[in-house]
Amino acid sequence: MRILLIEDDREAAGFLTKGLQEAGYVVDHAATGPDGLHLATTESYAAMIVDRMLPGVDGLNLIGLLRKEDIDTPVLILSAMDKVTDRVDGLRAGGDDYLTKPYAFSELQARLEALLRRGQSAPTADAHLRVGGLEMNLLTRQVTRDGHPIDLLPREFQILEFLMRHSGQVVTRTMLLEAVWNYHFDPKTGVIDVQISRLRQKLDKDFDQPLLHTVRGAGYCLREAD
Amino acid sequence: MKPTSLLHTSTFRYAVIYMTVFALSVCGVLAFLYWNTIAVIDTQGDDTIEAEIIGLAEQYKARDLAGLAEVIRTRSAGISGRRNLYILTTPFYAPLAGNLTQWPAEAQGDPRWIDFRFGQASDPGEPPQIARGRTFLLPGGYHLLVGRDLTERTAFRKSITETLVWALLMTVILGLGGGYLLSRNFLRRIDAIGDSSRAILHGDLSQRMPLTGTDDEFDRLADNLNEMLDQIERLMDGMRGVADNIAHDLRSPISRLRGRLEMTLRAAPDPVRYRETLEKTIEETDGILETFNSLLAISLAESGALKDGFETLDLGALARDAAELYDAAAEQRGQKLTTEIAEGCLVRGDRNLLSQAISNLLDNALTHTPDSGAITIAVAQTAEGPQLTVADNGPGIPESDRDRVLHRFARLDASRSTPGSGLGLSQVAATARLHEAALCLTDNQPGLRVSLTFENSAAA
Repeated sequence: MRILLIEDDREAAGFLTKGLQEAGYVVDHAATGPDGLHLATTESYAAMIVDRMLPGVDGLNLIGLLRKEDIDTPVLILSAMDKVTDRVDGLRAGGDDYLTKPYAFSELQARLEALLRRGQSAPTADAHLRVGGLEMNLLTRQVTRDGHPIDLLPREFQILEFLMRHSGQVVTRTMLLEAVWNYHFDPKTGVIDVQISRLRQKLDKDFDQPLLHTVRGAGYCLREAD
Repeated sequence: MKPTSLLHTSTFRYAVIYMTVFALSVCGVLAFLYWNTIAVIDTQGDDTIEAEIIGLAEQYKARDLAGLAEVIRTRSAGISGRRNLYILTTPFYAPLAGNLTQWPAEAQGDPRWIDFRFGQASDPGEPPQIARGRTFLLPGGYHLLVGRDLTERTAFRKSITETLVWALLMTVILGLGGGYLLSRNFLRRIDAIGDSSRAILHGDLSQRMPLTGTDDEFDRLADNLNEMLDQIERLMDGMRGVADNIAHDLRSPISRLRGRLEMTLRAAPDPVRYRETLEKTIEETDGILETFNSLLAISLAESGALKDGFETLDLGALARDAAELYDAAAEQRGQKLTTEIAEGCLVRGDRNLLSQAISNLLDNALTHTPDSGAITIAVAQTAEGPQLTVADNGPGIPESDRDRVLHRFARLDASRSTPGSGLGLSQVAATARLHEAALCLTDNQPGLRVSLTFENSAAA
């Protein structure tokens, strides 16, 4: 999959390109706003990673221009500005996700994958989510695994719903905090881990094959056993 | 104080403008008075003369010339002050009767109404006076003049002119003097404020604007400025404190980080060791970042810049969200996290900061309460306003330290071993200040009880 990276910090761009290539992406890099705009309008990409502060054309303006041209490639904004209002500005300008610098590469990768997935499959209107033997009815709010009902707290239901919608992908702690709690700050590490391990207890305790996996140094992943 | 600067004050300029307007209106009033009074005097004089003439004409009809002369003689003699003037002469202007010594030159040829001059019989040295009169040619060629002394009118004109001059003079003197005094007074107050601000500019932040205690507009201005300065000083102190604490709390992990990297580099190459060092480095960097983010969050709350974005929030919902984030952690440690949430406690505020503050309070409570302890998060509507309380039954904070823990990086020695940047409670304090909420630390007997009361929050 082709990714366009628009980032003026050469070294950071170098790390990112290398990491993304290792993850199996084809990466084009532009170091200035005008170059990035040119590439984005002439080539076709699966997703774009755009730094907010760019020489030439500001990142947000660039996204605005692309959206005006009806180019709706998913965009992940990178920024050193971390206020909630900055985030809102970024999303309002047409960005699809917003990541504050400095970030862990695993975080960026997880978010990028979520964006790519979103681009692929339109959200289903189906009231059922299914991962392996795990089934979730969004209307009755019932969860079963291999037919056995699983009793969840409202929050646990929300966490599981998010994990199921992103099944097979790495979901980071901050993604969960943003999606389930709408928190844009980091509570002390560990809180989410404990939530997940309680959820895992309920999901996997009585079964041989675990569904909810911890991805070391990155987050969690809900996937069918191989 | 230079005298030139006094003349350049706006107060003085206003005083001069006011004075000019006032002087012009004084002139106007006096002119109006003058013209009106003169007109009245003139009409009255003419009427008197007419009446006099009618009277004399009746005398003449009844008693002929001799009678007329007689009456004139009587009237001239009887009235002191010579207000009415009479003269009766032969056809050749030889005086027969009256209080004028001679027929005035202006009355030659018998015009009807005339203004004329006459000498004073009693005091010939005096300059001739002005009078107004009417002449008649009587049958037989006799001349009659009935007049009225205009000295009164002249005197009135003179006194009006004098009044005008004096009034203008007084207006100018009082206006300039008053303007000078006012300007000096104003300038003294302004200069006092100016001196203080210069001292502050030069670095003496403890200086304050002087107050006179009269609660006038200057005092109110100075009061506002002082409040602003208090705020600035608090922020400056905070900044200085941050600088010191950053030096302490960020420098030590960074130097630890650097030391470890250096040591690893100097030791024999060993991939396992390298990996271990790198993992520890990332962990430490995350810790530094966390401290850094907390500092930013506090400065953001303290800058007050978020006030524009305040929205109406359900305090109970925020508390429930946070409780549902921490319930698993509490459960794991065997702690009992209880929520007592009243519905409909609305506050105006920043969602992110308040959520973070509540999280920090819960985090603190969980960290400092021993396993199997009890923590309660409550939201209630009190008489003072919506109130959020987080209480635990841990060791609590000694009363003497309660103020100190709200400051940045404050960690009581007893809790040095527990993790945390020491910024949690100061973030809560900064958020409380931004929301004008009262933050109160009390004894939960045993344990700590922290309450946030949104006194100014209009439940809109």
